[in-house]
Amino acid sequence: MNVSAASASAGNVARGANAMSSVASVVSARSLSLVFETNDGPVNALADIDLDVGKGEFVSFIGPSGCGKTTFLRVIADLEKPTSGTIHVNGMTPEQARQKRAYGYVFQAAGLFPWRTIERNVTLPLEIMGYSRAEQAERVHRTLELVNLTGFEKKFPWQLSGGMQQRASIARALAFDADLLLMDEPFGALDEIVRDHLNSQLLELWGRTDKTICFVTHSIPEAVYLSTKIVVMSPRPGRVTDVIHSTLPKERPLDIRETPEFLDIAHRVRDGLRAGHSYED
Amino acid sequence: MDSFRDKIVPVTVIVAAIVVIWYVAAIFMNAPYQRELNNRAHETPDLGTFIGQTWAQRKPTLPAPHQIAENFFQNTFLVKITSRRSLVYNSWVTLSSTLAGFAFGTLLGILIAVGIVHVPVLDRSLMPWIIASQTIPILAIAPMVVVVFAAIGITGLIPKALISTYLSFFPVAVGMVKGLRSPDILHLDLMHTYNASKIQTFWKLRVPASVPFLFTSMKVAVAASLVGAIVGELPTGAVAGIGAKLLAGSYYSQTIDMWSALVAGSIVAVLLVAAVGVAGRFVELRMGARP
Repeated sequence: MNVSAASASAGNVARGANAMSSVASVVSARSLSLVFETNDGPVNALADIDLDVGKGEFVSFIGPSGCGKTTFLRVIADLEKPTSGTIHVNGMTPEQARQKRAYGYVFQAAGLFPWRTIERNVTLPLEIMGYSRAEQAERVHRTLELVNLTGFEKKFPWQLSGGMQQRASIARALAFDADLLLMDEPFGALDEIVRDHLNSQLLELWGRTDKTICFVTHSIPEAVYLSTKIVVMSPRPGRVTDVIHSTLPKERPLDIRETPEFLDIAHRVRDGLRAGHSYED
Repeated sequence: MDSFRDKIVPVTVIVAAIVVIWYVAAIFMNAPYQRELNNRAHETPDLGTFIGQTWAQRKPTLPAPHQIAENFFQNTFLVKITSRRSLVYNSWVTLSSTLAGFAFGTLLGILIAVGIVHVPVLDRSLMPWIIASQTIPILAIAPMVVVVFAAIGITGLIPKALISTYLSFFPVAVGMVKGLRSPDILHLDLMHTYNASKIQTFWKLRVPASVPFLFTSMKVAVAASLVGAIVGELPTGAVAGIGAKLLAGSYYSQTIDMWSALVAGSIVAVLLVAAVGVAGRFVELRMGARP
């Protein structure tokens, strides 16, 4: 699968030639495996993963529970250590990348600190990273505007709906200058109407910020609607069964989901899942 | 209206029942001595007068509630505050060592908890000792503490406060260990992705997360502190304090004095626990708790 070349062409041309490497690869994994030792014996969470994520791409990871999509994201974030193989994030090990604060991570639950206001939740990473007061205020203002939460600065998390809390947690991940956004089923716990809304907002945000996004989901329409590249995974052992490049344009109104092109890609994803025996047992 | 039906009515009923049982018990417990007195005086009062007599002895086995109330009122409001007899004065003496011991115990408990949470060796080695320390009866320890300190010339507030400390650090230490370990894995992962230092994780995540645990254990600790201060006054030959009043009362069979000192002690305890509760509520509201 020649993923890197395609991603380079799909990437942001305006950024110009990257002197460091010929392909601007943000995440690159080579024969990456991870085995969890459990009481019931070893579990192959990831087996022999080869994958590249190019700069500016929106990559979705889709598959049933236990296919290792979240584990892969956690390996990128240095929250899990691989058992074998190599992985580079911005050309560094995940640990170095984490120390350089190369990515923002959005969890399935918003995970806001209940004792902090929305504003102070967004400043949390900025405080830790040592931004000045003025800089913090400016960034909070900017990122809350980006996720349409202006006016809710002084509210506490419990005063906001689930969707708004999740938007605040996205703002928190965007507040510092990480080019890579790792999102682990961020909208999984929300109802479909809110989800549609947040999906289109996320696309708009991605278009405006030229970040690279890795997005874990188990919704086929969500994956197809959002992504420039869809990585289909299957469980036992967790592996990549297909990588699909989206031919959809960058501008995507919500009703693009009824076009034949969209349905075609969705069909391929479903085929990929079926090939990985994801619909069995 | 709801609070009237749900709280005031049941509480009043229970209190009334206790008072009735108390008066009846006072008749029976004081009757033998009263009969003896009457025999000596060759009096044979009727039942009504006899019951009245059992409720009005000077040194009854069980004083009637109104005797305690009268004594309490007398020694709280009618006696000068600076007087040795004043319950306000005696309560203040006990309260001051309670507060000193409570402050010190809370601090010690927090320090121990921080150590246990951050140093694995302490986690394994310290907890058994802490638990063992609480199995030793305070009545056995208190005189030794007082005597040892008196031998090096330290008397008064400090030994009593130390006994309070001994009782109050334990709930705080146990509560804070739980509190400092209470953050979600998700929140810890989040701090990890920010490459936050241990100190940053401590101040920005562990400490705020532990605040509700701190106040809950402080409520227990402040009551234990008061017990410690009172017990500390018993073997010291202390001249003032609720414990000293209790001891003096038992020397001279001043049962009414003892009971009113106990009432004073429980009022101080209620006020202390309530004060910690109010402080906790205030802090939690400042930290965005639902009102």
